[in-house]
Amino acid sequence: MQFFKNSQFFFGTLKAHSLPALKYGYSDLEPVLSATLLEFHHSKHHQAYINNLNAAQEQLEDALAKNDVQRIANVQGIIKFNLGGHLNHSLFWENLTPIKNGGGQLPDANSALVQEINKNWGSVDNFKTFFNTRTAAIQGSGWGFLGVDQQSKKLRYLELPNQEIPQNYGLTPILTIDVWEHAYWWDYKNVRPNFLANIWKIVNWKDVEARYNQAQK
Amino acid sequence: MSFVLDPLPYAQDALAPHISANTISFHYGKHHAGYVNKLNELTKGTPYETQSLTDVVKNTYGNPATVAIFNNAAQNWNHTFYWRSMKQQGGGPATGQVKDLILQSFDSLDSFSKAFTDAALGQFGSGWTWLVEKDGKVSIVKTSNADNPITQGYNPLITLDVWEHAYYLDFQNRRVDYANLFLTNLVNWDFANQNLVNKAHL
Repeated sequence: MQFFKNSQFFFGTLKAHSLPALKYGYSDLEPVLSATLLEFHHSKHHQAYINNLNAAQEQLEDALAKNDVQRIANVQGIIKFNLGGHLNHSLFWENLTPIKNGGGQLPDANSALVQEINKNWGSVDNFKTFFNTRTAAIQGSGWGFLGVDQQSKKLRYLELPNQEIPQNYGLTPILTIDVWEHAYWWDYKNVRPNFLANIWKIVNWKDVEARYNQAQK
Repeated sequence: MSFVLDPLPYAQDALAPHISANTISFHYGKHHAGYVNKLNELTKGTPYETQSLTDVVKNTYGNPATVAIFNNAAQNWNHTFYWRSMKQQGGGPATGQVKDLILQSFDSLDSFSKAFTDAALGQFGSGWTWLVEKDGKVSIVKTSNADNPITQGYNPLITLDVWEHAYYLDFQNRRVDYANLFLTNLVNWDFANQNLVNKAHL
């Protein structure tokens, strides 16, 4: 532990995170997601995860420098939660695109991704139904993920509570849908299934496909 | 016999401007009512349909076969308890025997308030923040999703709903402001004191 007492090994190693800009305007995902909802979700909720993450990272650096083991232990949970929130939301924004920019448009039927979806679920429609049923059933807060298994490179669905991340479960996510209430309440109130039925109209399949292909390497 | 949505102890605008009438309308009329309807659907034709709500919560807890019934029964219980945990022009320092017990477990009423707010914030995701009593001592308990401390043998005194739907409209993501406001303007200490004497049972 002698090594850790020298603070110059740690200041500057945990870089501060910042809110990624959306690739579309707040009103560009209407009518599926209203400008009000999107602005709250991005500029307040996601921003708060980043602020809390940065503060927790500073706490960790300080605790490491002082060899304050109790504090080092305590701050892990806060970092895990807020880093998960930051990563999950960052992926989510990229997985969406305005209808006018191709939102909802499936990749070619011959593409590797579609063929793999068909192999696993029979059809893309079946996949969406499966995804929506499982994701709607998440108790409380969480996310539904489609990902590529890091070992087998096969597609796999996974639902996780709160701000857990699929990377910790051997899965590289390629598509995620947020079902924390803040993700849909403004527009859909307590009817999560309506949100899930509609979100597919703005899924950025080009992005999902690119991630799938990248994960095959 | 089926489960009934418990009437609100006050008008929908009674807690305004702290909690808006709109929030109450959605929270009570859609979320809470939804849990009651689902509970009736799930318990129809089962032995649970004639049990008290508290018994259903206790009897279905921890059993994968009855988890859906538990979630809806507990959320019904939790929400009914939540509405009663607040009153118009409530809030402020604890009173009565609950105050004495708080001062035995916490350094001061202020440090209790801080601990309660910390617990509300520390519940990552959905859940509830409770002041409970067991063996003559009070403590703060946080539960996630539908969980209810009666399943752990605690006697609940008051609860705060920290699911996002409880505060999104009025506070967006500022859960800390909502939790503070609950303590300063809404909490019903009379209800807490009643629960000390008559163990909470619905």
